[in-house]
Amino acid sequence: MHLAYPAVLAALLFCVGLYGVLARRNAILVLMSVELMLNAVNLNLVAFDVWLRDTLHAGQAFTLFIIAIAAAEIGIGLAIVLMVYRNRGSSDVDRLRDTAETDESAPAPGEAPAAAGEKAEATA
Amino acid sequence: MILAAQSPGFLSPSGVEIAFLLVGLVTLGAAVVTVTTRQLVHAALWLVVTLGGLAVAYLLLTAEFIAWVQVLIYVGSVVVLLLFGLMLTKAPIGRSPDADSGNRPVALVVALAAAAALVWVVVDAFRTTWIDLDGPAQGSTKASGEILFRYWVLPFEALSVLLLAALVGAIVLSRKNTGEKEGPR
Repeated sequence: MHLAYPAVLAALLFCVGLYGVLARRNAILVLMSVELMLNAVNLNLVAFDVWLRDTLHAGQAFTLFIIAIAAAEIGIGLAIVLMVYRNRGSSDVDRLRDTAETDESAPAPGEAPAAAGEKAEATA
Repeated sequence: MILAAQSPGFLSPSGVEIAFLLVGLVTLGAAVVTVTTRQLVHAALWLVVTLGGLAVAYLLLTAEFIAWVQVLIYVGSVVVLLLFGLMLTKAPIGRSPDADSGNRPVALVVALAAAAALVWVVVDAFRTTWIDLDGPAQGSTKASGEILFRYWVLPFEALSVLLLAALVGAIVLSRKNTGEKEGPR
């Protein structure tokens, strides 16, 4: 098989995930887009591992590790989203502006650190 | 160049290539629907199609074990977790008009620029490269188990500790209050 097929598919999937991370408002949809990006990387790893015929099969081992890390990430991420939703009544990433630099009268950052990473992704 | 001359060209694709192309089109279309649909639950269901298509792509690349792990973990647990998350945050079932934030045009520009750059570089770099799929499957369960427990044991064990830490962290984060046992997860 031509190596360009899986490589191009992985690149396009990564860009679709990138668009989703930047454009979505609901935090859970942002997490879905992150999953798409991780899967694109997995496809690249598998394709290049099969192409190189690595004796250690590093690509496939890394793919399994990334799948496990993605499972851990989605668990922690959903717990954070649930906590934010319980505290704020909304899981929209562009409403979590407690640590925004433009806000002059910034309130004390209470539950904000949990949402700061997602906000940074959403407004990047 | 000599390799390229000996190898089959784009105009005579093999059966595996045609299958991969069709599966890739389905996967990509489902991914695009996932990030553009306005119905949040439908996004999770289209994500199942995307992840299943990727599993078929792994099968076509002879990575059987990873394909079944993909089906088990992603389609089986991650999507279910996402659906539970959507339910617990009271996501609207129907069409929600504010699924996309205000920076959608910027995101579109960034994604298209990244796609153009990546596809151009990848096609230019691997134009004359071919994967040899003949011979025994490189990702069979036997091969995967051997490399995983012969060469990658230490990262594997470290990863189990990470998973335990993530489990404990998720439980701690999703508990309602101290002293209260009940949690949504």
